[in-house]
Amino acid sequence: MDTPVVKATNLVKIYQTGGLPVPAVRGIDLTVRAGEFVAIMGPSGSGKSTFIHMLGGLETRTSGEIWLDGKRADTLSESGWAVLRRQKVGFVFQFFNLVANMTVADNVELPALLGGVSPRQARERREYLLGELGLTERAAAAPAQLSGGEQQRVALARALANHPRLLLADEPTGNLDSRNTRDVLKLLGQVHRQGQTIVLVTHDARVASMADRVVSLLDGQIVDDGAIPRTRRRPSGTAGDVVELHG
Amino acid sequence: MRLPLLALLAKEPAHGYELKQALEVTFGSAYPSPNIGQIYVTLGRLEKDGFVRAVDVEQSNRPNKKVYYLTAAGREALETWVDEPTEGPRVRDEFFMKLVLAPLTGIADRMALVNRQRRHYLSLMRDLDALAERTDPENRVALLLIEGAMLHLQADLDWLQRCQEDLAL
Repeated sequence: MDTPVVKATNLVKIYQTGGLPVPAVRGIDLTVRAGEFVAIMGPSGSGKSTFIHMLGGLETRTSGEIWLDGKRADTLSESGWAVLRRQKVGFVFQFFNLVANMTVADNVELPALLGGVSPRQARERREYLLGELGLTERAAAAPAQLSGGEQQRVALARALANHPRLLLADEPTGNLDSRNTRDVLKLLGQVHRQGQTIVLVTHDARVASMADRVVSLLDGQIVDDGAIPRTRRRPSGTAGDVVELHG
Repeated sequence: MRLPLLALLAKEPAHGYELKQALEVTFGSAYPSPNIGQIYVTLGRLEKDGFVRAVDVEQSNRPNKKVYYLTAAGREALETWVDEPTEGPRVRDEFFMKLVLAPLTGIADRMALVNRQRRHYLSLMRDLDALAERTDPENRVALLLIEGAMLHLQADLDWLQRCQEDLAL
């Protein structure tokens, strides 16, 4: 059996705010295989953001284990996590988090350069990614000159710069209108078809419906985990059974 | 379907099959295509109510076809329809009935019902996405209809989550 890209065992996070322990994640087990696309859904306060942040080492776990690509990660120091992320994990946030005083091109090249590839390789990868995202012309722009959708595509390019084993995203379309959402979705679908392993948190049904598998959290625990079924279809051409306008 | 047919006839007289085609072309494949029988039954009722009138048009080497015209009463009915606000969202929801009532009988538990329904909504969303992909980008009407269905589905999903939080534990 292949080594899973993600393996979390009995993962727990308890916040200690003002002396009162507040459990956010209460014993989650999750295994993600290479090439899988997993969407995590759940109401606010269900622990989904905390969970994905722990998977990326952006938040420490209270107990339990995290294994990324066969390597134990939960015991790493902050700098150990930084190295692991550079090598294996791309992260996309709701609010893009681009470096404001660097160009789009530099934002995308930075992780590759930090990861130790040559400037020429970093540039080639950046040119390829921006080309795929339809952003070649924006390479010299500052992030603030871009629309929200463009900034999120740049953030996605940056996350993919180092060919990460795992792409993590926290509400990647949470701050986008429906047109920009479509662009980001198209790209996610594309990298997934190329074999990218993706775990993302979303409340957006369009994003979740692209996943192979949906994990639902409630109150810090998994209450459902499974594939999205295929609907029964009428013969091709008549999709009238898909849309039923209520009213 | 009565009033959409009146609206099409207000534009120009047409026979039944032309009306069917006009609906399909305008609204695209997301629209549940009416069958021709339904259209003729509806036209017959509209005629009886005095909203349309039919005229036989001779065709060479084919049976006559009936072309329908809008009457003054038909135009008035159409104007009333256009001027009225349209009904808001439904309050009768079949899934909600199931969710509330089924556990009382011991047939099913709510957590399982919500989870199954969520997966089903997501698969419908996937179909809508595929439909949008297949739709001619120039057909704004068809794409807006699909987007509307997607937004309804998102609202259904958000509501499902609320049901799970409040009822399923």
